[in-house]
Amino acid sequence: MTSPLQQKIKITGPSIITANRTWDGAVIYRTGTKSWSDELTDAAIVRTADEARALLSEAVADDLNAIGPYIAPVEVATDGAVKPGNMREHIRLTGTTIALPAQA
Amino acid sequence: MYAYDDIDRTLVNERVAEFRDQVKRRLSGELTEDEFKILRLQNGVYLQLHAYMYRIAIPYGTLSSEQLRRLAHVARRYDRGYGHFTTRQNIQFNWIKLAELPDAMADLAEVGIQSMQTSGNNMRNVTSDQWAGVAPGEVEDPRIWAELLRQFTTLHPEFSFLPRKFKIAITASAHDRAAIKIHDIGLRLLKNEQGETGFEVLVGGGLGRSPFIAKTIKPFVHGHDILSYVEAILRVYNQYGRRDNIYKARIKILVHELGIETFAAEVEEEWQQIRDGVLKLDDGIVEDIRSRFFYPAYETLPHMPDELRQAAHDPKFEAWRKNSVVAHKVQGYAIVTVSLKPIGKPPGDATADQMDALADIADKYSFGEIRVGHEQNLALPHVRKRDLPAVWKALDAIGLAIPNVNLVSDIIACPGLDYCSLANARSIPIAQEITRRFANHDTANLIGRLHINISGCINACGHHHVGHIGILGVEKNNEEFYQITIGGRADEGAVLGTLIGPAVPYAEVADVVEDIVEAYLALRASPEELFVDTVARLGVEPFRERVYATR
Repeated sequence: MTSPLQQKIKITGPSIITANRTWDGAVIYRTGTKSWSDELTDAAIVRTADEARALLSEAVADDLNAIGPYIAPVEVATDGAVKPGNMREHIRLTGTTIALPAQA
Repeated sequence: MYAYDDIDRTLVNERVAEFRDQVKRRLSGELTEDEFKILRLQNGVYLQLHAYMYRIAIPYGTLSSEQLRRLAHVARRYDRGYGHFTTRQNIQFNWIKLAELPDAMADLAEVGIQSMQTSGNNMRNVTSDQWAGVAPGEVEDPRIWAELLRQFTTLHPEFSFLPRKFKIAITASAHDRAAIKIHDIGLRLLKNEQGETGFEVLVGGGLGRSPFIAKTIKPFVHGHDILSYVEAILRVYNQYGRRDNIYKARIKILVHELGIETFAAEVEEEWQQIRDGVLKLDDGIVEDIRSRFFYPAYETLPHMPDELRQAAHDPKFEAWRKNSVVAHKVQGYAIVTVSLKPIGKPPGDATADQMDALADIADKYSFGEIRVGHEQNLALPHVRKRDLPAVWKALDAIGLAIPNVNLVSDIIACPGLDYCSLANARSIPIAQEITRRFANHDTANLIGRLHINISGCINACGHHHVGHIGILGVEKNNEEFYQITIGGRADEGAVLGTLIGPAVPYAEVADVVEDIVEAYLALRASPEELFVDTVARLGVEPFRERVYATR
């Protein structure tokens, strides 16, 4: 299996590192304080390939707590608000776009 | 129903204990994710967008009421109160925690449910006709053979590290409800001129990135030889199947590249070396398996009981009966399909409360047995005709007396981008919108049999290639688009659908389906000509014109 660190890193805008938490699989984001948060607003924003590689390297090293870290795009508004950069990440952050059967 | 013996129970319990230890070691850091991944996959545990997903096998689609109640318990205790029935007679739980998985697995093992080989590059759940053993005209119950194959292939060391996953389906009826032609091996049970049981063996079917319809490799393999013949196929696949390219690793690619004649010759050569060895089945083994299937003690009942005659005055009941009830091999009984396709709801999902209620209905009216079909619906296989009105009322009380089986709103859909880490686009909201457009039962009936299949990516878990209308989600510049095919079918006349034109955006998919259906209603030769037959007669061009004329 190819490590994400062995892949060429190319980012075109603000990005974050995200993964799933080991014990329950929940979506988590890498913070700037060498930890994980389940809030996107806590995520460290990277803007260059070198910054992304450094943060990803740190995330990959934490194999105990996180599965499959990768770089994901985000949008940062002028007021600093952070939003997912694509539909996949939007769904990971906010949940399914449908009502769950047991809730409907 | 099949009764597990001590060997089965020991095997399943040992696997639970083994997995509990593996999870413990993963959570303590003793195992890395790379080391653990193959172990969890061998137990049906995936990682999806939001959480772990746990896939559980329902061999040949047969469940007891006790087992269904236990699935409801797992949904309620370890998940979010529902489960998703798949196109391969599995059920998936979408929100399960790794730390709690061993407990869920242990709870299921108590009632003979397990998840071995529901993922990974091994032999997957052996599937069959959901009406097996009860369908009129069936040659014989194919589940006996499916169970033999299940036992043979479970933890078989030669089949545990195949080039890629491997799926077998088996049917014993002229009308193929098990979609055997889109499986790696498809088995059609038949009798030879001497009245002996055997199989037409098909190989190399599959969907995904490179779809193929299976080809007949041998028109008749005697039942005594079926294990050795399957082993021969798998040995040839193991030897020549590509391990260097995941997109070319399935047996369908090998069969296609070698050609069926060359592939068959390789299999024949291998088979001749092993066919008279330990894998030769004698009648005693087959009968031993057969003896562990329990069948109801059917009563002698009238063809048309008074209860049914009286209920026929209720148009709602009649609409449901005509749509969801079919003949049983025993007079006075019927097979009831329970649609899991309520209008505006996710296809194939059932809540824990619905599962519990269905288990009660099965106990009261279907000898405690439930079936799961690849169309993501359930069935009650042994209902007395006199009980049909009561069954209808009981199903209606839980929102499952939905008279849309095989109609336009009976949609097959994968979980799509709402859940799946592989998906490019959403499937479920597309299905929900289409069902709303065709919610009127009279309209759906006027349209007639029409299967819509939706996949959220090219892996084709929603079998879009073989939908009468197939919908494939793709991603273009960060937007969801959908390719539309028409004319596919998954039955004995299996054929791949034809693309009608450029992909359309998310917001237009339901409009396009409406256009296609309107074109069909205008073009069909008679109300009896099914959509798929109109497409076969006219080709896709009239439909393409209708869809793209204004787009």
